[in-house]
Amino acid sequence: MVKRISGRKADELREMTAKVGVIPNADGSAIFSFGETIAIAAVYGPRQLHPQHMQDPSSGILRVNYDLLSFSVSDRKRPGPSRRSREISKVTEMALKPVVDISEFPNTVVDVQIYIIQADAGTRTAGINAASMALAHAGIPMKGLISSFAIGKIDKDLIVDVDKYEEDYKEGEGATDFPIAKISGTENYTLLQLDGKMQPELVKKSLDMADKACEEIYEIQKSALKEIINGDGEK
Amino acid sequence: MKNEINEAHEAANEKVSGSNLEERKIVIPGEVITSGDDFLPGEWTFREDDNIIANRYGLAEQVGRVIKIIPLSGAFTPRRNNVVLGRVTDITHNGWLIDIDYANKGFLPVAESPRYINKHEMDQYLAIGDLVSGKIWSISGRGIDLSFKGKGLGKLEEGFAFRITPSRVPRIIGREGSMINLIKEKTGCNISVGQNGWIWVKGENIDSEIRARKSIEFIADKVYIGGLTEKMEEWFEKN
Repeated sequence: MVKRISGRKADELREMTAKVGVIPNADGSAIFSFGETIAIAAVYGPRQLHPQHMQDPSSGILRVNYDLLSFSVSDRKRPGPSRRSREISKVTEMALKPVVDISEFPNTVVDVQIYIIQADAGTRTAGINAASMALAHAGIPMKGLISSFAIGKIDKDLIVDVDKYEEDYKEGEGATDFPIAKISGTENYTLLQLDGKMQPELVKKSLDMADKACEEIYEIQKSALKEIINGDGEK
Repeated sequence: MKNEINEAHEAANEKVSGSNLEERKIVIPGEVITSGDDFLPGEWTFREDDNIIANRYGLAEQVGRVIKIIPLSGAFTPRRNNVVLGRVTDITHNGWLIDIDYANKGFLPVAESPRYINKHEMDQYLAIGDLVSGKIWSISGRGIDLSFKGKGLGKLEEGFAFRITPSRVPRIIGREGSMINLIKEKTGCNISVGQNGWIWVKGENIDSEIRARKSIEFIADKVYIGGLTEKMEEWFEKN
């Protein structure tokens, strides 16, 4: 049994919250949090794509922008795009693309803006979860939702949903961060990145752990989307 | 809940056929709505093996044997015969381009104008920035054609326009126009509602116009609550 500083079990996720319809001017929006990590996603479109040379006459395109806001971390981050944010935008786009079906909207773009307003590791996965809900809320045709989280390692033991302390845990085999994104209800993975070292059998074990964790995340996403019609509406 | 769903259903301007309607529920993309060979996939749904699966977020509904989804949120999706409001953004040699809050612009052919127009003086009838109300005549891969044939369609002069979320438009109109007629009656304003969420209001004075706008925004906020017409009447007593 691994001992985690937060007192969580090895397969226990941080407390999650989710809500859709948080940005009135967007076509769809959502907020998702894993403990201290909070991501907001806004979806605009389908709308006309400019510059025109980027247009695809056979299908709409998906464009994702990830931004870690300057106040989200304890040492102020220099605002603006960086190599890291461009990479995460790209992997998020690739993680979402398999479920988004915008072939009916040629020459258009669906813009997804992801803002991390508070960061405590796992920002790309929180961003993917928020973006997937925001896309659904925007009424974009989709094959399913994407649920995402990161697996880490404390020495030799796998742990689910790392926080900043665990992500930086250098003792033993060293720091490991293994973000996973999965299409809900299927065995298809849309994001697998690995930062650190991991034995092949542990990768297999990680994917097994992902089944349970993604199911939990999916339930949160699902109830957030279904909740909207009850109570006092969106306000 | 039942009542709300009924209203949301009517809101979508669908004719209620005498079929099994009790199975309406909110679905999310990828969710299995129902299974079995007894049903056919309709709008925004698809079949995978035995299951009928939702393709988008909305309210799943059964009409006869067909399962379809009524959108609850998101951007405007144009349909044939929708009345839309928009602004003229460009003038071409054979018509006007109208921004209707969709990825493609609406095209209004020059033949739609009620009188003969000299091709060099098209801006005498509709200039860039003018607000118009038109009906969607056809939707093709190349674009959306608009028409002025119909009651209350054409250039909208004076008054002012504002925007609400397109998915809430049906509520503003109400059951067979009951809500919008109530607002018109109580404020004495002339109101034109586009399916794309644009609303134009023109009254005798600015106060009545602002009252009409506030009442519309009031129902737009309360969009999922049942018994809206009563709520609206209450609101008019107070304001």
